[in-house]
Amino acid sequence: MSVANAGFPLLTVTAALPAAGAIATAALPAAKRGAAKWVALVVSVATLVLSLVVLARFDPGGPRYQLTESHAWIADFGVRYELGVDGIGAVLIALTALLLPFIIAAAWHDADELEPARPNRRWRPTQGFFALMLATEAMVIISFAATDVFLFYVFFEAMLIPMYFLIGGFGDRAHAAGEEEAAKQRSYAAVKFLLYNLVGGLIMLAAVIGLFVVTSDQLGEGTFSLQKITEARADGGFQLDTNIERLLFLGFFFAFAVKAPLWPLHTWLPNAMGESTAPVAVLITAVVDKVGTFAMLRFCLGLFPEASKWATPVVLVLALVSILYGALLAVGQRDIKRLIAYASISHFGFIILGVFAMTSQGQSGATLYMVFHGVSTAALMLVAGFLISRRGSRLIADYGGVQKVAPVLAGTFLVGGLATLSLPGLAPFISEFLVLVGTFSRYPVAGIVATAGIVLAALYVLLMYQRTMTGPVTRPEVRAMPDLRVREMAVAVPLVALLVFLGVFPKPLTDIVNPAVEHTMSDVQKKDPEPDHQVAETGWFDYKPAEHAGGDHK
Amino acid sequence: MSAVATVSGAASSVPSLWTLGAEQLQAPKIEYAQLSPTLIVLGAAVVGIVLEAFLPRKFRYGAQLILAALGLASAFAAVLGLAISGHATTKAAIAGMGAIAVDGPTLFLQGTILLVGLVSVFVFAERRLEPRSHKSGAHVDSWAAQPASVPGGEGEREATKAGWTTTEVYPLLLFAVGGMLIFPAANDLLTLFIALEVFSLPLYLLCALARRRRLLSQEAAVKYFLLGAFSSAFLLFGAALLYGYAGTVDYSGIARVIGNADRTTSAVLAETTGNDALLLIGGALVVMGLLFKVGAVPFHMWTPDVYQGAPTPVTGFMAAATKVAAFGALLRLLYVVLPGLRWDWRPVMWGVAILTMLAGAVVAITQTDIKRLLAYSSIAHAGFLLAGVIATSRDGVSSVLFYLGAYSFVTLGAFAVVTLVRDAGGEATHLSKWAGLGRRSPLLAGVFAVFLLAFAGIPLTSGFSGKFAVFKAAAEGGAGALVVVGVIASAIAAFFYIRVIVLMFLSEPKADGPTVAVPSVWTTSAITAGVLVTIVLGVAPQYFLDLASQAGVFVR
Repeated sequence: MSVANAGFPLLTVTAALPAAGAIATAALPAAKRGAAKWVALVVSVATLVLSLVVLARFDPGGPRYQLTESHAWIADFGVRYELGVDGIGAVLIALTALLLPFIIAAAWHDADELEPARPNRRWRPTQGFFALMLATEAMVIISFAATDVFLFYVFFEAMLIPMYFLIGGFGDRAHAAGEEEAAKQRSYAAVKFLLYNLVGGLIMLAAVIGLFVVTSDQLGEGTFSLQKITEARADGGFQLDTNIERLLFLGFFFAFAVKAPLWPLHTWLPNAMGESTAPVAVLITAVVDKVGTFAMLRFCLGLFPEASKWATPVVLVLALVSILYGALLAVGQRDIKRLIAYASISHFGFIILGVFAMTSQGQSGATLYMVFHGVSTAALMLVAGFLISRRGSRLIADYGGVQKVAPVLAGTFLVGGLATLSLPGLAPFISEFLVLVGTFSRYPVAGIVATAGIVLAALYVLLMYQRTMTGPVTRPEVRAMPDLRVREMAVAVPLVALLVFLGVFPKPLTDIVNPAVEHTMSDVQKKDPEPDHQVAETGWFDYKPAEHAGGDHK
Repeated sequence: MSAVATVSGAASSVPSLWTLGAEQLQAPKIEYAQLSPTLIVLGAAVVGIVLEAFLPRKFRYGAQLILAALGLASAFAAVLGLAISGHATTKAAIAGMGAIAVDGPTLFLQGTILLVGLVSVFVFAERRLEPRSHKSGAHVDSWAAQPASVPGGEGEREATKAGWTTTEVYPLLLFAVGGMLIFPAANDLLTLFIALEVFSLPLYLLCALARRRRLLSQEAAVKYFLLGAFSSAFLLFGAALLYGYAGTVDYSGIARVIGNADRTTSAVLAETTGNDALLLIGGALVVMGLLFKVGAVPFHMWTPDVYQGAPTPVTGFMAAATKVAAFGALLRLLYVVLPGLRWDWRPVMWGVAILTMLAGAVVAITQTDIKRLLAYSSIAHAGFLLAGVIATSRDGVSSVLFYLGAYSFVTLGAFAVVTLVRDAGGEATHLSKWAGLGRRSPLLAGVFAVFLLAFAGIPLTSGFSGKFAVFKAAAEGGAGALVVVGVIASAIAAFFYIRVIVLMFLSEPKADGPTVAVPSVWTTSAITAGVLVTIVLGVAPQYFLDLASQAGVFVR
């Protein structure tokens, strides 16, 4: 308990640091563009250290929400500034903070090309680029830590603005149809991103207001506090009418499904990831989108358990469609970045499948999947970005035989790809396996169908590798291609190492995640189905949840 | 003269009309302290007229500016004093022989209008944007050199060369503000009508005073005047019918008759009053007059033309202050006079609100002129406000008050930014000219983006707090469907706000694009005020929400 009541506002500081860094970066004069990069990198590394402190001080056996902070904010709206992390939140904050230094390092020169030939002291794209990244990081961290629905909503929506400028303002100068067309496409992608997410968010706003009205009806005063609502439901003071609960659930779920993205609301993702620079694409898919799936776990299941159960069949079908549709379209892509985008859609299908399978394996798997997908996509996409920047083209057909001239690049690309297809021994395998097991134990058919996604994943990853990296070197541009530079190695190698390490030894993560999943399971009052055949207690990988100290209802 | 002589000579021996009157007529009791904000502003306006008549031309600008700013600031101080001494809550009362209600909503709205007026004076006073006059080298502002001269005529050329400007705008602004201060405070239908005329007539004039594009400006003024005259007529006719129904023009008197507390207000009229047809038609006509001023569909037709043609500082002032005053009057009318008719007007207002939100948002998408775009956006915002009005609860009142405060400063700031983007022909209001503005002057475009995001209701801006407050009140008042429509309209509206942001930041600047004028301290401080209010009300709105909720009770 001492951990939970520590006076130091660790979570606030973790989020405030990148926010302050963003302001500092943006304030640097135009000539100090190198300094801007270093400030951004140092701040992001410092944030990583803080997030590791969060992980270290988080006690998996302790109460559900830890490191809590609670201050009055807008009393009229029943809004409090309430932060607190469960295991899922802590792990995802760590993921965010972990990826940002790599993203920043990978994007080191991305904004420089936009510098005007004639120096205009007001237009400072480099400073803006890194400041927007840090601002996004701060908002994502607050979203993961918020235990007040309104507070979450505020940052869930506000993070669209920096992301919008990151997508629309900065491209990779590798569009097949030239820079003018690229600028048009970019702006289209940014607007599409913003409108999809804004519409989702506004529909959620209606549900947020509805939640306020319902709580103020039943509890006397409107509240958005997750803990208060959960407690009130446990002691029977808060009971939602079935129809109202379903409507509110749909309002929330729609926003998260757009963000995640779930088929058929996914169409903004390939545009956004395809047109933005590779590091920004990683920021979208590995960091920002995780807020969507995280929020499904925390808010959809936590606030509306009955409606979640009611919606499960439909959501599972949509998730399966996502898995297969994303994978099939990935197979057919000619553009490397769009291929990875469709692969991500397929993977988000797995995550949502795991969340709504309502088994502890499924949800542990989904949480781990969020982390591992973040790392593996970062590895694959950032290396793809290095590749694209060498050749100035995103088309798979423009490459061939790269592994002969740039073996390290090809090697890291391969590991990233193998992680994406969930090769055993690499981290994503564990999460995907858990999701499938968890789904199968309750919905065997869904589990079987989802397995097809793995087969297709092997197809699109290996085909891409084969077409770009193997074969004879026929093109002069490829022949002149340099291998990874020191900065690029510094980005790629730790990510690859992490994939291998977590693939072999995921226990530190599972220890933190499992108790939190148990809490979520108790929210929806689900128990794992009894296995038909008892298995031996000791396996190579232990996903049995530790007994948690309780504190919430059963 | 002979009648006077008779009366004074015959003393009280013969009862005549005159002596009868003298006994029964008492001098009206005027609570000068409670009415001081209005009196100060109108007094300053009168002094302004005198200055205009007697001061030499070169001193007028400075004197008028100081007078207007001082007048508005001291009136604001008076409002603060009244609020602190409890006139908003415990000592709320009807003043001026039943004509004016001094209560929470009145003081809150008067304070808002005065601040809006003050900031508008700053924008009015900007003199760095127009090139200096050729002959005298005098700084000129955005007002016509000589409004009476024919556009393009000899007189105009002479006046322009001489570097004249219209300094009458400051007294006109003060008169308009004075009328607006009374409008939401009016406690009988005649005061309401007089206040309406007092603030409308100066606005019609102000609309016609643009230095550039004078024909457009005059056309806007004529349109505004004609349509405004119609709406005034509706309002007056409605007032007459309501008098026919209740036998009184007093708000609470009418409400008592509607509520059957009094059968009638006057024994003489007992046989003729109480006709429900008069009540329904009269109520509808009065509300129509107010909806016109608010700019709600289907009475919105004047908005885009007038917003576009009027000089931009006037547009900003009009868009912000008129809306505040008119919504204040509408609230008082619906909450004090017609609460007994709630079941009749609520469905109608539902329809109006839905139409206003959707039509404003949808039509705005096709606009290519930034001022027209903001005009349609103001229509959509009127719809959001109506959603709060429909709540018919204390929360509804305070949410509308808060929204008005938040919205008016965003609007002022946005129009102030529009005055700065210029090319050779004056303000470059066509959207295509705004392409790439973010590249050329990131700060200005960033500020405008903040305003647009606030209009769109993105969290952490005042627009979001306001929208949330209004929708929350509506949902609690049982208008959940209205909230859903509001959310959809917000999504549509977001599209065109974002389109402008795209244009500014993601499009390549054009070679012949506009320049961004460097403003003087006046416009700068107006825009800064707008940005500060937008962000403070977005991040820490609690204090102001408290203020609005304390101010949410009407005195009857």
